[in-house]
Amino acid sequence: MRSVSFGPGFESWRDQARKLMAQGVPPEEVDWTDAAQGESLFQPPEEASIPTGTPAEEQSWRVPSAFVNLARMAWAHVDPRRPAVLYRLLWRLTRGGEPYLLHVPTDAGVRLAEDWRKAVARDIHKMHSFVRFRLVGTDGESGREQFVAWFEPPSRCVRLAVPFFVKRFAGMDWSILTPDECAHWDGETLHFTPGLPKDQVPGEDNLDALWRTYYRSIFNPARLKVAAMRNEMPLKYWKNLPEARLIPELIAESQPRMETMLETPGREAAPVPRNAYIHQLLKRHDEVFAETIPASSDLAALSLEELHKAAACCRACPLWEQATRTVNGEGPENARVMVVGEQPGDQEDLCGKPFTGPAGQVLRNAMVMAGLEPSDVYLTNAMKHFKWIPGAGRRRKHATPAKEEVRQCRPWVLAELARVRPAVLVLLGNTAAASLLGREVKVTQERGLVQAPELAERVILTYHPSHLLRLPEGPAQERAMAEFMADLTLASEA
Amino acid sequence: MDIDRKLQILADAAKYDASCASSGAARKDSQGSRGVGSTGGAGICHSFTPDGRCVSLLKVLLTNVCLYDCHYCINRRSSNVTRARFTVEEVVQLTLDFYKRNYIEGLFLSSGIIRNADYTMELVIEVARRLREEHWFRGYIHLKTIPEASQELIERAGRYADRISINIELPTEAGLAKLAPEKNLVKTQEAMGKIRLRIEEAKESGGRTVPAAARPARRPPFATGQSTQMLVGADDSDDAAVLGRADQLYRSYQLKRVYYSGFSPIPEPSSLLPLKPPPLLREHRLYQADWLLRFYGFQVEELVPASAPRLPLEIDPKLAWALGNRAVFPVDVNKAPRELLCRVPGLGIRNVLRILEARRHCRLHVADLKRLRLNLNKCLPFVMTADHTPRARLLDGDALRQRFLPLKQLEMNFHATPVPTADDTLAVRSGEF
Repeated sequence: MRSVSFGPGFESWRDQARKLMAQGVPPEEVDWTDAAQGESLFQPPEEASIPTGTPAEEQSWRVPSAFVNLARMAWAHVDPRRPAVLYRLLWRLTRGGEPYLLHVPTDAGVRLAEDWRKAVARDIHKMHSFVRFRLVGTDGESGREQFVAWFEPPSRCVRLAVPFFVKRFAGMDWSILTPDECAHWDGETLHFTPGLPKDQVPGEDNLDALWRTYYRSIFNPARLKVAAMRNEMPLKYWKNLPEARLIPELIAESQPRMETMLETPGREAAPVPRNAYIHQLLKRHDEVFAETIPASSDLAALSLEELHKAAACCRACPLWEQATRTVNGEGPENARVMVVGEQPGDQEDLCGKPFTGPAGQVLRNAMVMAGLEPSDVYLTNAMKHFKWIPGAGRRRKHATPAKEEVRQCRPWVLAELARVRPAVLVLLGNTAAASLLGREVKVTQERGLVQAPELAERVILTYHPSHLLRLPEGPAQERAMAEFMADLTLASEA
Repeated sequence: MDIDRKLQILADAAKYDASCASSGAARKDSQGSRGVGSTGGAGICHSFTPDGRCVSLLKVLLTNVCLYDCHYCINRRSSNVTRARFTVEEVVQLTLDFYKRNYIEGLFLSSGIIRNADYTMELVIEVARRLREEHWFRGYIHLKTIPEASQELIERAGRYADRISINIELPTEAGLAKLAPEKNLVKTQEAMGKIRLRIEEAKESGGRTVPAAARPARRPPFATGQSTQMLVGADDSDDAAVLGRADQLYRSYQLKRVYYSGFSPIPEPSSLLPLKPPPLLREHRLYQADWLLRFYGFQVEELVPASAPRLPLEIDPKLAWALGNRAVFPVDVNKAPRELLCRVPGLGIRNVLRILEARRHCRLHVADLKRLRLNLNKCLPFVMTADHTPRARLLDGDALRQRFLPLKQLEMNFHATPVPTADDTLAVRSGEF
């Protein structure tokens, strides 16, 4: 049995462990003794002797950095078994031939070290939460405010916890005093001094009373959950928290306060005040939320702007419930060319304008190449709401509208057509064609000019740009793209 | 009115907003500056009140004077509460003073609507601007935005805030029309949509994955996330409506969080509100279901099918799903894919990952699961290990469900809370309740 003594710091254990490793001392032959606790059971602790292993041998034991990080954290725990457990882990990882050990979270030793790490991480987190600074003065020269805090961490985590305070409170001078070790920051350097007894600590801060006012007011007596509070803010921290003294009375008062609320008679709604803004908000509710399909005759009298407003309130089919908003057409009312797509997509639904997504980009580029200026064209869709189904992850996946939904939305696009009265009407894809031609259409079979004089002088049927996007790169896509361009050129030449 | 009294009124007025998150902000800190503040990584809860909620941010209203008449809200114009108003400077000072004492992570500022949406929004933004530009404050700022405010103001709010949010309040248009007549579902969604586009734009122009030279011209920074809150139990929407709306919001606007706030009695109640608050457990079940939607690959219809649109209160939603889909089980922890392990009651994401890692090196036994601190009572009936197979008939019998019911079953019908009668009302008001 080899007796080895270690000090409080992680480095002292690390140095000893290095030497033992180099000498090839297996974990079962080491008796770890806390230098502060006194003597070993076996023999007087030895300052681990000069390593006997050759340097080459030493180098061959590569310790994964994951282990060093784990051990450094776990070391701050108070469990007296940790030097032995950590050394055994180190041994198994290297000489023991289990380099993958840290990836076996069900191993008893790994579990124990992980538990210590977790407990220390929690202590650090709680220190970040519950340290309370008190203002003690202002530096005469620099004008920096000076703060002091007293804290009693359950483990030796001060050094691990303070970098957080340096980052957060760089602009003020502070000291965090603990029974173990104290940390001080002056704006430039962080240094440590030995622990202090509690009586050295300044009393209350002026702001503590205001903080208690806040704590009292933010508490909701109608939903008492004391166990949940104590779970997150364990009793051991209460003595240094200025707000904790309120807890018993808040709990005691909550029941009567809740009863008073339940007994209070309900108050009627107040009359609408004289405020133009509020009246304008309320007016929206008077606008008809049309739950039936609008009659074309009702829409005939509306201007384009009125039409768009009315469409925004359409509730004829259930698609509006999943969509953000109605996406109306856009473009000059006297446009020579009108382009009708299928429906708004994810991007269009968010920004409220047609053809702004990826398919819209394809269309706009192709239009420019065909000699059509997009801003001269009236762009719209057969469907006014985005229909989608849940996609992978958190996406919305485009869904093809049902026949019935297309029928219900038809009056809106027909009314737009009647307002714009374009010479050329371009229908993109099957849905737009079905909506405006009023029959089932297959673009692949009827592409090009179609006869529909009741709609416009010249009606052109072509692919939807999203179809082009979906085709795999290759001759098929090139052919379809050429056909698409040819159809758009038909529209610009007319 | 002194600052203590104002704080009392305006914190009290803000406490019904459940959001407290201070996580997910871009990494920044005060090093090398004259100011204080840091964000990034997990947020910190600086205290807990006896309602079990954390105190993370200084959550106050700029004023509780409000033109709107939302019936679930204590600050509505028909309420008789005492009104107060902070000056911009008072909120700035209070935030800094609290922050320097490490009471808080930052500020969550909201306001009653005075004059109009834009006027109110300007005041809220001015607080954030002063904190950032005049005091070099780098702590967390969450601003509540008003959907009716102009796009330009929402843009400015996003420049100073780490998070901006708009409350959806109720899951349906009909509910809003009745209880919050000035609010409007479509308007709220439109604003959320614009915020999502703006957040994504900022992310693209500032992302580290894009080499600096290839980045588009840098737009001013913008908040890194948006969230919302939905009130539960104030109208008659069932859990399917609530979760359906939440799922739609997550997908459409990429929200970081939807907060569910079980409607709780308020002083100055409105005559339009239900007499009894919903059980606090309902809110808890909704949060559990929300997690299942976001991280465990569940779909809304699986948790609240049309035939049972309410989550059971007595058992958690994952267990309820497992009991209803027993053909899927038992799941072999040594072989099953990740998606399936995620569906085992009592197995959280973290432990699923641990199992996946561990089984590359060894076959798992019950003792291994025990070392992972799993709730064995809950998961063993649903899993197979190298040394355990649940009794074949256990998964069939009705006894399995009984096993998971709380020990003391109250005689209470959770699914159909009786509608209060006029007599009930009298009884409650006269204190017999």
